[in-house]
Amino acid sequence: MERKLALSDEILLSIEKPARYIGNEINAVYKDKDSVDIRFAMCFPDVYEIGMSHLGIQILYELFNRREDTWCERVYAPWFDLDKVMREKDIPLFALESQDPLTAFDFLGITLQYELCYTNILQVLDLGRIPLMAADRDESHPIVIGGGPCTYNPEPIADFFDLFYIGEGEVVYDRLLDLYKECKKAGGAWRKAFLRRAASVPGIYVPSLYTPAYHEDGTLASFTPAGDDVPAVVEKQIVMDMTNAVYPDKPLVPYIKVTQDRVVLEIQRGCIRGCRFCQAGMIYRPTREKDVEKLKAQADIMLRGTGHEEISLSSLSSSDYTHLNELVSYLIEECSRRHINISLPSLRIDAFSLDVMSKVQDVKKSSLTFAPEAGSQRLRDVINKGLTEEIILKGAAEAFAGGWNKVKLYFMLGLPTEQEEDRKAIAHLANEIAVQYYELPKEQRFGKCQITVSTSFFVPKPFTPFQWASMHQPEDYIGMARTVNNEVRAMRNAKSIKYNWHEAEVTVLEGVMARGDRRLAPVILKAYRDGAMFEAWSEFWDWGRWLRAFDECGVDRDFYTMRERGDDELFPWDFIHAGVTKQFLLREWKRAHEPVVTKNCREQCSGCGARMYGGGVCFEGQA
Amino acid sequence: MKVRLKFTKEGEMKFIGHLDLMRCFQKVIRRSGIDIKFSEGLSPHMVMSFASPLSVGLTSLGEYVDMELVTPVSSAEGVRRLNEQMPAGIRALSLKQIPEGRANGAMALVAAAEYTVRFREGKAPAGGWEDKVPAFLSQETISAVKETKKGETTVDIRPLIYRMEAADGEVKLRLAGGSEANLKPELLMDTFVRWLGEEPQPFSLLICRTELLAKAGGEQDERFVPLEDLGEDIIL
Ligand code: SF4
Repeated sequence: MERKLALSDEILLSIEKPARYIGNEINAVYKDKDSVDIRFAMCFPDVYEIGMSHLGIQILYELFNRREDTWCERVYAPWFDLDKVMREKDIPLFALESQDPLTAFDFLGITLQYELCYTNILQVLDLGRIPLMAADRDESHPIVIGGGPCTYNPEPIADFFDLFYIGEGEVVYDRLLDLYKECKKAGGAWRKAFLRRAASVPGIYVPSLYTPAYHEDGTLASFTPAGDDVPAVVEKQIVMDMTNAVYPDKPLVPYIKVTQDRVVLEIQRGCIRGCRFCQAGMIYRPTREKDVEKLKAQADIMLRGTGHEEISLSSLSSSDYTHLNELVSYLIEECSRRHINISLPSLRIDAFSLDVMSKVQDVKKSSLTFAPEAGSQRLRDVINKGLTEEIILKGAAEAFAGGWNKVKLYFMLGLPTEQEEDRKAIAHLANEIAVQYYELPKEQRFGKCQITVSTSFFVPKPFTPFQWASMHQPEDYIGMARTVNNEVRAMRNAKSIKYNWHEAEVTVLEGVMARGDRRLAPVILKAYRDGAMFEAWSEFWDWGRWLRAFDECGVDRDFYTMRERGDDELFPWDFIHAGVTKQFLLREWKRAHEPVVTKNCREQCSGCGARMYGGGVCFEGQA
Repeated sequence: MKVRLKFTKEGEMKFIGHLDLMRCFQKVIRRSGIDIKFSEGLSPHMVMSFASPLSVGLTSLGEYVDMELVTPVSSAEGVRRLNEQMPAGIRALSLKQIPEGRANGAMALVAAAEYTVRFREGKAPAGGWEDKVPAFLSQETISAVKETKKGETTVDIRPLIYRMEAADGEVKLRLAGGSEANLKPELLMDTFVRWLGEEPQPFSLLICRTELLAKAGGEQDERFVPLEDLGEDIIL
C-alpha cells in the first residue's frame, strides 16, 4: 500500500521523532476510504507517546474498525516543533493512517482524560481547520464528540463539542453511527437533525440543546433541555458483561518508546473501595470482573499479536480481583517460559503481593509503592482510605525483610478537614517506615533505605463525596508542602527520606476546570490564543497566561475553588446520572466529617445507587 | 545456529531510528514465532547484532542483522515467516547460516558500503555535473570539512572512496564503512557539490544504501563481497 505522507521529508527530518506522525505501526488498520460510509478520527489531545499508551483508544479503534462501514484512524496533538511548522506553512492536521486532513472525516472523537488537555483540544480543532465553536460548524465539518472521565463534567468545554458520550464507549456507539448514516442520507440540514435525534440515544449529551441559568450569586439555577424530546437527565452507559466486551486481540504497536509499551490486560472495571476523593472509584461503579479463563486466553492472544516483551494488569485495585492468585500464577509460568516481563501496578503490599513481586522483578533495583494518601489515621478515615498505620508498617517490614530497600509513598495535601498535624504526620509515617528498616539485623540490610515521599494537591472532582469541598490558594498549598518538608527534615531518619511535591498553580487550574461551568469556555479560548498548550507538561507552564485570561474574561476563579458548596446546590454536572446518587454522595460527605469509615462493597453494600445496573459486585454470590 | 538476515528499509521506515528499528525487530521475531536465543540474567533480551546502524532519512536495500536460532528453520521458511510480520517498508531478503565466532559477526566484518544517491527535484547542481565526477575523483587528495563535537576538522576522504560513478542523474558509490574507516555519503556529496562551486543545500539528497560489504580475502585483497555471501542457505 502506497501512501503519500502529509508532511514532506524535509519537515519530517527537521522535527523531533518523526515516527509520531507517519502511522504505519504494526496492527494499524487500513481500509479503502471510498468503500466505507463513516470515517472516524479518534484523537487523544496530547503528544503521541501519551496518546498511544491509552487503553480506551485501542478498544474503540477495535470497536469501530470491526464495522465494515467505518474506518477509524488516529490523531494526536502535534508537538510544539511541528505545531509551529504547520502554522507557518499552513498545513492542516491529518490522521495517521490515511494522512488525510481532519476535514475529510465524519467524526472527530476526542478522549478527555484530564483537564489540563483542554487547550490542546483547541489546538487540534484549530490545526484541523474545524471551527472551534460548535455553533459555527456546518455539514462540511466533522461531528466533534468527546468521551472519557472529563465528560462527567463537560461544561467548561461544552461550547467546543457537538456531542459528548457519557460512559463506556462499548455500549451505544453502534446506535449513534447508524443514526448518523440515516440522517446524512436524508440530506438537507441533516447535521441539526442528527444532533437533535442523537440526544435521545442513551448516554449522548448534546450541549447545544440545553440552556443553563444562574442565580445572582453565580451558582446554577436551572439547566433546561430544549424540548420534550431532549432528556433532562443523561444516563451513563456501562458494559455489564466485561468478559465478552470488545477487546483488541492485536493492539497497535508503536515504533518509538511510549509510556505504556506493553500488553495491557484489563482485569476488571470499577473499584469496591469507595475512597471519597476518587472519581474513578465512583463513576466506574459497580465493580465488574472479567472471567479469569478469558483473561488467560486474552493475555496469550495479545502477546502473540503484538510481540510485546511485557504484560501489565490494568485495574483500579488489582488486589481486589477475586482470581488474582490464579491469574498471576498462570502469567508467571507462561511469561518466564517466553521471556516476557510482568508488571503489576496497583497491588496492595502484603505477603501475597510481596511473594509475587519477588518473582517478577529484581528486588534490589525496584521499589515498592504505598499510597496511604493521608498521613494521620484520622484523615485516612475522612477520605475512607481503609489503610491503617499498622498495615503499612507491617507491609514495609515484610518488604524490607524480603530484600527491598526502596519505598515510594504517595500522599495528598489540601484534603477536607486537614490540619497542620495531619501534614506533619506524613513525615512521621515516613520516619516510622525507615525505623522498620533500621531495626532489621544489619546483615539483612543493603545500605541505607530510600524512602521517597510524594505529595500532590487534592482536587475535588464531580461525582465524589468531596464534590462539595473547598480548595486553597496556590500560596497556601506551597505552605502545606513546606510544613511537610520541614517536618521531614526534622526527622531522625531524614537522610533516608526524599520529599517531592507537585506544583500548586496547576492544581488550582485543574480545580477550576473540574467543577467549572460554561462560563469558562472563553477563558480556555483566551489562554489558548495566548499560547497555552500541553499544560500537563510543566516545562511550558505559564500561570500568568491563565491569570490574564480569567481577568480579561471577567471570570472569578475563586468562585470555583474557594467555597464549600451548600448541600442543596445544583451542580453543572447534575444532569448526568452516573449511577451513584447525590444522596449517597452527600451522606458520604457528612460521614467524612464525623469521620466514619464506610465499608467496601464486598463487606457491606452502602446503597450507592449502582445496583440499578443489575450486575457486578452488587450481585456477587447471588444466582 | 548463527544466522544472518538481510533486509530492506524503505519508504516511511526511513523515519524510524536505529533503536526503534531494533525494538521493532524484537517484536517482529516474537510474532513470527521464530525461536531466537536470549541473553542470560534477570531480564533476558533477544541477542541480535545489527551490522551497521542506518541514519534516519536514508533508505536501504541491504541491511543485516545476526542472530542465533535455538530451533533451526530453513532459509525459505524463515524469510516467509518474518515477512508475514514485517511492517510495510521492511522486507526480509535472505536468511543464511554463518560461521560461529565474534570475528565472523556482521559488525566486525563490515568494511564498505554501497549507495545510490539522487538529488531531489530542483536540488541538483547546474547541468553536466555527472561528467565532472571523473575529474573530481582524479584529485590526489580530497579535503572535506567534517563537523565533530569539538568543532570542524579537515580530512582527506579520497582514500575512502572506492567507487563513484554517475549516470542518468544517479550516483553509485562504494565507500569505506565500518569501525576502522567510515565515510558518509552526505559528506562526500556535499564536498563534491562544493568542488563544483555550489553551496550544498540541506535536504537535497535521496540516499539509498544498497549493500554492506566485507573484505573478501587477506589484507592485500581489495575485493569486497556482500555480507550475505559469507553465509550458507539453510536447508532442513
Ligand atoms: S450498590 Fe452497593 S455493592 Fe453496588 S456498587 Fe454501590 S455500594 Fe457497592
